[in-house]
Amino acid sequence: MTDAAINLAPKRRVQPRGALVAKFFEWICFAAATALLATLGGLLISLFIGGWPAFSKFGFGFFTSTAWNPVTDVYGAAGPIVGTLVTSAIALALSLPVAGGVAFFLVELCPAKLRRPIGTAVELLAGIPSIVYGMWGLFVFAPIFAKYVQMPLMMAAKPGSLLEKLTTGIPNGSGILSASIILAIMILPFMAATLRELLLAVPAAVRESAYGLGATTAEVVTTVTLPYVRAGAIGAVMLGLGRALGETMAVTFIIGNAHGFPSSLFDSGSTIASTIANEFTEASSPEHAGALLALGFVLFIITFAVLALARLMLRKQEIRL
Amino acid sequence: MLKTLRAAVGAALIVGAASSAHAANISGAGATFPAPVYAKWAESYKGQTGNSLNYQAIGSGGGIKQINAKTVDFGASDKPLKPDDLADAGLVQFPTVIGGVVPVVNLPGFKSGQIKLTGAQIADIYRGVIKKWNDPLLAKTNAGVNLPNLPITVVHRSDGSGTSFLFTSYLSMKAPRWAAQVGANDAVQWPTGIGGKGNDGVAAFVRQTPGSIGYVEYAYAKQNGLTYTLLQNKAGKFVSPDDKNFAAAAAGAKWASAPGFYLLLLDQPPPEAWPITGATFILMHAKQADAAKGREVLKFFDWAYKNGDAAAAQLDYVPLPATVKDLVRKSAWGKVTGPDGKPVAR
Repeated sequence: MTDAAINLAPKRRVQPRGALVAKFFEWICFAAATALLATLGGLLISLFIGGWPAFSKFGFGFFTSTAWNPVTDVYGAAGPIVGTLVTSAIALALSLPVAGGVAFFLVELCPAKLRRPIGTAVELLAGIPSIVYGMWGLFVFAPIFAKYVQMPLMMAAKPGSLLEKLTTGIPNGSGILSASIILAIMILPFMAATLRELLLAVPAAVRESAYGLGATTAEVVTTVTLPYVRAGAIGAVMLGLGRALGETMAVTFIIGNAHGFPSSLFDSGSTIASTIANEFTEASSPEHAGALLALGFVLFIITFAVLALARLMLRKQEIRL
Repeated sequence: MLKTLRAAVGAALIVGAASSAHAANISGAGATFPAPVYAKWAESYKGQTGNSLNYQAIGSGGGIKQINAKTVDFGASDKPLKPDDLADAGLVQFPTVIGGVVPVVNLPGFKSGQIKLTGAQIADIYRGVIKKWNDPLLAKTNAGVNLPNLPITVVHRSDGSGTSFLFTSYLSMKAPRWAAQVGANDAVQWPTGIGGKGNDGVAAFVRQTPGSIGYVEYAYAKQNGLTYTLLQNKAGKFVSPDDKNFAAAAAGAKWASAPGFYLLLLDQPPPEAWPITGATFILMHAKQADAAKGREVLKFFDWAYKNGDAAAAQLDYVPLPATVKDLVRKSAWGKVTGPDGKPVAR
């Protein structure tokens, strides 16, 4: 018994304690990383295969046609694609100034007492589930929006004017602009939080030098900190855009769900995600299901492009820092 | 570290083995419309027999896909499959409960039942041809009613739905132009209007838009006190949507001469019949791989036919007439056989 123990001793010294565990750990990490990549690739491939009936039947016309007729099984994705891009763009335009304001205020101006409550409020906004935004949008926001924004604008529009063209629609608070406003509220916390982190990363010495030279807060923000974080800020915007593009339930509730091109701000439209959410459960013909999966593929590509752009810009920022 | 890991893996294996040990329950998936009553039935059935039923409300399209893929013991659909499709897929189909689709409006100052509409008028409204409530075409059936000079906002379902299928099938039946231009399906290319998600989405848009018209399931209209219209039926009478009138439509239907129970209860001849009525259906494979499983499914629905009417009525569904139930027992359930070709029902 003791002999055996003595014989084993040198062997133990060759393999240090924990070597097996370390190897195992490396292997687990590698497996996790490759599994993620494989899942992503598999998703893309299966979406493409699933969407093939639509791609092969409608060809390039799938991207340019606004027909969406489940009765005759003819599908075109132009309406949802345009709806997705338009609502995301408007949401971004509305959200960016507010997000910037929140971030600058928190970093440059905010009294220490207020910093935490405002920061928490922004984080809380990010935690509200999408469906809650949708229901709030439909039952609370839409009636108020119709009464105090939509109706006054429609009544103020002169016949034949550009304003009239932009504001034709049904005065019940649904449509492209309403969906964009809800989206703007949803992406606000992400952009505000990222912008705040970026602004905090500006070295104190740089900011203090500017103040020391007699610059006002506004001058510090516009001439020193903003240029300093410009590239990173674009990355933050892209992250917000990525979320806006794929947002589903909140938009579905309020956008009005018409498949054609939206012709005004108050017109009904649809987005890629809302179309899929609406129709996937009952899509029984291969063309219909194929068209929806093809839409998913298109959204995947759009989102991927936006995120890739964001990464590229964030990397530039890191190099500069 | 390794020891804990080994213990964890061991524990996981034991849990996995335990959960796969007993799984003799029946499962189904499909239509959302009857999901509340199936859930209620399953609850009482479990209390009385100990057998459980797992029903997933994933939509009729999903139900058809799942039963074809044999991942569930039965599928459920609001839209009956045509006899040819049934035969191709080797499925048997039978109805469970009846519901109706109700036009609802938002006209300030008007109450339920004050406005009378025909199928052709609704088709013209939904095609965007009748644009205002004081259109002379609407005045024809509403003599003496002062309809307002208000634009009509059309509200429809944005999601694919059995409710839309019944509604558009009815419009196709009553208006040849609708049939040619739009057609009937659980989702169509709507010529005009806005789409709300689900019954609640449609109801919200109708409530918020003066001058709007929409359509919802009867149970939803009743429970939420929406303003409904009267509708002209085949006998020429203007009827209101209620249980009695849905039952009249179901009783008048010629189920016996409908192969595979492919029957929409639209525009039925009895003088009380509500014109947009429809049943919801169960789909099963005619040849069951496991005879005992098939028998369990039929046992559940037999139990529901016998004991489930009160629960259905409470949830504002209309139970099937007794004659139809007997017909289902005889003609549909007899076709469900085990691997040996013998009927599984006893």
